Amino acid sequence: MRAGFLRSLLMAFVLGAFAVVAIGMVTWVFNASKARIIENERVALVKQLSALLPEESYDNDIVNDTAHWVEPDLAAGETLTIFRFRKNTRPVAVVIPTVAPGGYNGKIKLLVAINNEGVVSAVRVTSHHETPGLGDKMEIERSGWINVFKGKSFKTLPESQWKVKRDGGAIDQFTGATITPRAIVQAVKKTVVFFEANREALFLPEPIKD
Amino acid sequence: MTMWTPYRQIITEGLWTNNQAFVALLGLCPLLAVSNTLINSLGLGLATTMTLVCSNVTVSVLRKVIPSEIRLPIFVLVIAAIVTAIELMMKAYFFELYKVLGIFIPLIVTNCAIIGRAESYASKHSPPKAFLDGLFMGLGFTLALVLLGSVREILGTGTLFSDAALMFGESAVSWKVILFEDYSGMLLAILPPGAFIGLGLLIALKNSMDFQVKLHRKVFSVQPLDKGNE
Repeated sequence: MRAGFLRSLLMAFVLGAFAVVAIGMVTWVFNASKARIIENERVALVKQLSALLPEESYDNDIVNDTAHWVEPDLAAGETLTIFRFRKNTRPVAVVIPTVAPGGYNGKIKLLVAINNEGVVSAVRVTSHHETPGLGDKMEIERSGWINVFKGKSFKTLPESQWKVKRDGGAIDQFTGATITPRAIVQAVKKTVVFFEANREALFLPEPIKD
Repeated sequence: MTMWTPYRQIITEGLWTNNQAFVALLGLCPLLAVSNTLINSLGLGLATTMTLVCSNVTVSVLRKVIPSEIRLPIFVLVIAAIVTAIELMMKAYFFELYKVLGIFIPLIVTNCAIIGRAESYASKHSPPKAFLDGLFMGLGFTLALVLLGSVREILGTGTLFSDAALMFGESAVSWKVILFEDYSGMLLAILPPGAFIGLGLLIALKNSMDFQVKLHRKVFSVQPLDKGNE
């Protein structure tokens, strides 16, 4: 009885020792790779953002010039991180990460770039679970469909026309899918509405949080 | 029997006779989820191989220290730590590939082939043998993944080696082979059911190859006996 108890205690101790060593090793690898991972993520973000606007149109540090917003309509309840583009400190454009909740297969994540006049300059899909071969034509690598938004604003296209043609709007859907384009059009429209409503506030310096 | 026989046996077992995917049917979860293109398959296969080698060697080195009552939790601990380290390193050095395989890397932990080899081989054999076993079991698994990935990519999209740049750098962009021009794609092959069907067909192919070989051997070795019976 007593021997059994001691043996259990020993086993617990051995297992604990293994856990400590394993944690130590993972911690070491984590610290050794941390700087490179952060740099990789920054480079990937810069690459993603800079593809949305011409390089000569802005000169600020886009990755760090951000505003945080709580807008349940756009980001499915998460806090939005909005990237701001400026030239000579004057506002040029914002990139708003938007979530289209109504995809064929769940959420479609988008980046919507809108310039200071409220004109959409680019939309890109950053992640989705649509059917490969049918719903994935909104990826820029597969078809140019996503460029239909380029140059559109509420001035050139009235708000009520921001629908796919099948729903009586003015925006082309693509062959093979209606639900996917519908979800994206709705999300982009909502983003423009949000921009129009907050145009001034979006470029204000971010209040320093406690 | 030379001193190399056991090693040769480890190699043939890993690659063929006890192939973890085709024969043991272990690790199907990552196998089926990632095998939609050749490059994805290769990436996950190599990551799994690396995990297997590291976990087999670690378990083998520590096999006399690990008390048998708590060996399984310790194996899990070892494998989880190794996979986490590999994930971090991929994130640091193969970031693009990590973005594609990202969510499947932690899934390597759930690949029963790894704990299976730790329990049934590495905990009973010396480190060099465990190393070889891990390497060839991993390569056998990679082989299965790559075969399935190639079949699915060819049928599904009509290409091969697409996205090779994720793994081999910018110079690999030109590796992409377009096998059929204007191919509209076969959706079934890319979707999960295609993975099951593809794996089933590959297993059938392997079994029929083994059967043919057996038949061949039988014809040559058994014939004299048959004649004796007449």
